[in-house]
Amino acid sequence: MVGNVSENPNYNMAIVKAFAVCAVVYFVVGALVGDLIAWQLSFPSLNVSEYLSFGRLRPLHTNAVIFAFGGCTLMATAFYVVQRTCAVPLWSSKLAWFTFIGWNLIIVSAVVSFPMGWTSGKEYAELEWPIDIAIAVVWLSYMFNFIMTIANRKVSHIYVANWFFLGMMIMITYLHVVNSLAIPVTMTKSYSLFSGVHDAMIQWWWGHNAVGFFLTAGFLGIMYYFIPKQADLPIFSYRLSVLHFWALMFGYVWLGAHHLQYTALPDWAGSLGAAVSIAMIIPSWGGAVNGLMTLSGAWHKLRDDYVLRFLVVSLAFYAMSTFEGPVMSLKTVNALSHYTDWTIGHVHSGALGWVVMVSVGAIYHLVTRLWNKEIYSVGLVNTHFWIHTIGTVIYICAMWVSGIMQGLMWRATDDYGNLAYTFAESVVAMHPYYVLRSVGGLLVLLGAIIMLYNIVMTIRTAGQPNAAAARA
Amino acid sequence: MGLGRFIGTLFGRSIDPQKRREKKSFQESLEKNVWGFIVMVAIVVSIGGIVEIVPLFYLDNTIEKLSREEDSIRPYTALELEGRDVYIREGCYLCHSQMIRPFRDEMERYGHYSLAAESKFDHPFQWGSKRTGPDLARVGGKYSNEWQVQHLRAPRSLVPESVMPDYAFLEGYKLDGVLTEKKMRALSMVGVPYSDADFAGAAAAVDGKTEMDALVAYLQVLGTMVKFEAGKDYRE
Ligand code: HEC
Ligand code: HEM
Ligand SMILES: [Fe+2]
Repeated sequence: MVGNVSENPNYNMAIVKAFAVCAVVYFVVGALVGDLIAWQLSFPSLNVSEYLSFGRLRPLHTNAVIFAFGGCTLMATAFYVVQRTCAVPLWSSKLAWFTFIGWNLIIVSAVVSFPMGWTSGKEYAELEWPIDIAIAVVWLSYMFNFIMTIANRKVSHIYVANWFFLGMMIMITYLHVVNSLAIPVTMTKSYSLFSGVHDAMIQWWWGHNAVGFFLTAGFLGIMYYFIPKQADLPIFSYRLSVLHFWALMFGYVWLGAHHLQYTALPDWAGSLGAAVSIAMIIPSWGGAVNGLMTLSGAWHKLRDDYVLRFLVVSLAFYAMSTFEGPVMSLKTVNALSHYTDWTIGHVHSGALGWVVMVSVGAIYHLVTRLWNKEIYSVGLVNTHFWIHTIGTVIYICAMWVSGIMQGLMWRATDDYGNLAYTFAESVVAMHPYYVLRSVGGLLVLLGAIIMLYNIVMTIRTAGQPNAAAARA
Repeated sequence: MGLGRFIGTLFGRSIDPQKRREKKSFQESLEKNVWGFIVMVAIVVSIGGIVEIVPLFYLDNTIEKLSREEDSIRPYTALELEGRDVYIREGCYLCHSQMIRPFRDEMERYGHYSLAAESKFDHPFQWGSKRTGPDLARVGGKYSNEWQVQHLRAPRSLVPESVMPDYAFLEGYKLDGVLTEKKMRALSMVGVPYSDADFAGAAAAVDGKTEMDALVAYLQVLGTMVKFEAGKDYRE
């Protein structure tokens, strides 16, 4: 299985290797910061310095996991998939290295910015304007290279995975540019062009689609390549892929308003966002079914194929969070869940269950191909699988309980119609669940470290002869 | 099982890729032409935004109309503005919302539900998305300045259950009036109606003040700029 004799020697696989290794390193960093802020919510004395206080580290966490880990994963996989499915090398290797260096410099600047408090204050778009400009330039270099490689392709049709990558790149460009519009004051301070209700709508148009395009459409591109590849079977249904793709492209962009129900955003907009949100369950499940059914007739492979196991479980989480999301968009449910930990639980069932699992599966797959080497330790991969799954389940369950409890405590009234609990009482009630979440996060972090070790050891021993290479 | 078979025949591998290629559908032509594909995606992803966001800028009723007696919404003073920037820098919005929804319990706990008009000078908005701490939309005037300072210095000295970080260091930073004026000029470029007198007075207004003073000034003005008429429905 390992090694590919028909590999075109002109393919640029060095860039894929570089992005893949960065993705794993940033996964460790993002999980580390995530777990630190989780402990800070459990024990506030851990806010040891102004530079490391919760309010400054939380954007570091979200940006590190989404754009550093998620971004490097998307860049590694998109560059890999586009070369292999178009049967041509990347349009420009120089441009690809520009993207690599640029993206990493942006990440370094984020690591400096957030502890310093240089933020524009818009969730997942906190980086200040000079870095925003750099992001736009580097992002366009990534997209342009990808498009030109497709334009050069030697096969007649553009493969499904590339549709999803392309859709993601186009929409993210659009979102990033509009949502970042601002008037600079200094190099590290600017004010959003929009205010109040308009700013809120534009922010959540961006915010939801950072999830819907970056973390969903992009990773679906990964799913549509790596699941069939790993299972060695064609994708279950071409028609479902077409439906899944266009429904996602059309529908997701409406959803932002579900973050603003019952707020001062006019009701028609919130209701529109909620209605489309509920409808999105259909294409989302269509996509999940498409991935899972690809394995029909090959389920036995799950027994000993560790990569496939990550990929399949990721789809189960994808299906679960795309069910939960529409439920949370229902007005009555949203009235309870909004502002609570339930949202955080929902985000992480998507993030840890879907995004991380599908990425981890793809990266293990990539590493064995790129270095032409069996994974260093299958035992450690299995450990990673279980430790990550258990950590994720603990995290999500803790947040469900604490979120629903919060929502109920805030609205509870006594026999006389007075509020039954003070806010502080609800804070105390969260404590055990915050500790539990931190423990779940610690497991995820340990899993990430194990993965990094396993991959480093695989790379270090690459080139030494092994059984797999002999077989290939 | 019937459903499974139905899905199988409708979508399954039954469609021979070779056959599909012979049919000339629109999808088919897009798959062969990357430029057409890009244009199509760009159009499809634009529709939602155009229908849902653009009208908000044109419809008159997006921001409530208030009477003279109700409306004393004004731009932040120099000191309040500096306080608001500290609020953003410290990520207070990641634990506190500023958006009261029209539910009985929220109005009981926090006060009158929020209006769009109240944040019309907020670049960026501070509605927030998570209540690790309570909503602050109407915290202005709820506590004394001394309480606010002590709470920010050491939240657990007043509320033992709190998980809020300490912000004592804010007392160590003095404000820079030159910067304050630049900030007000930038905001006036995006539509906040500051006057020349505001620019001229900015430096003096923050002279000698600390970031702590500024933050407390900001907290104390939150939610105090509208005089609500009892029983009136502001969201029709
Ligand atoms: C880690 C989350 C967190 C962060 C960050 C945070 N707070 Fe809090 N805040 C809380 C919690 C929890 C409470 C409720 C307990 C208490 O009163 O301390 C609270 C209470 C408050 C209150 C009292 C509200 C009331 O009605 O009683 C104010 C005012 C406040 N915070 C302001 C701020 C400001 C200003 C900042 C930023 C400098 C900030 N908070 C940052 C969690 C946070
Ligand atoms: C070890 C793993 C992780 C831990 C311990 C962790 C922990 C946390 C914590 C404590 C918060 C703040 C919650 C709050 O304010 O109450 C948070 C927010 C967030 N995290 Fe994570 N996280 C982890 C991994 C991830 C990953 C892998 C992703 C995405 C790929 C992710 C995406 C997010 C997002 C988007 C938010 C903001 C949620 C919102 O604003 O509603 N996290 N995380
Ligand atoms: Fe959303």
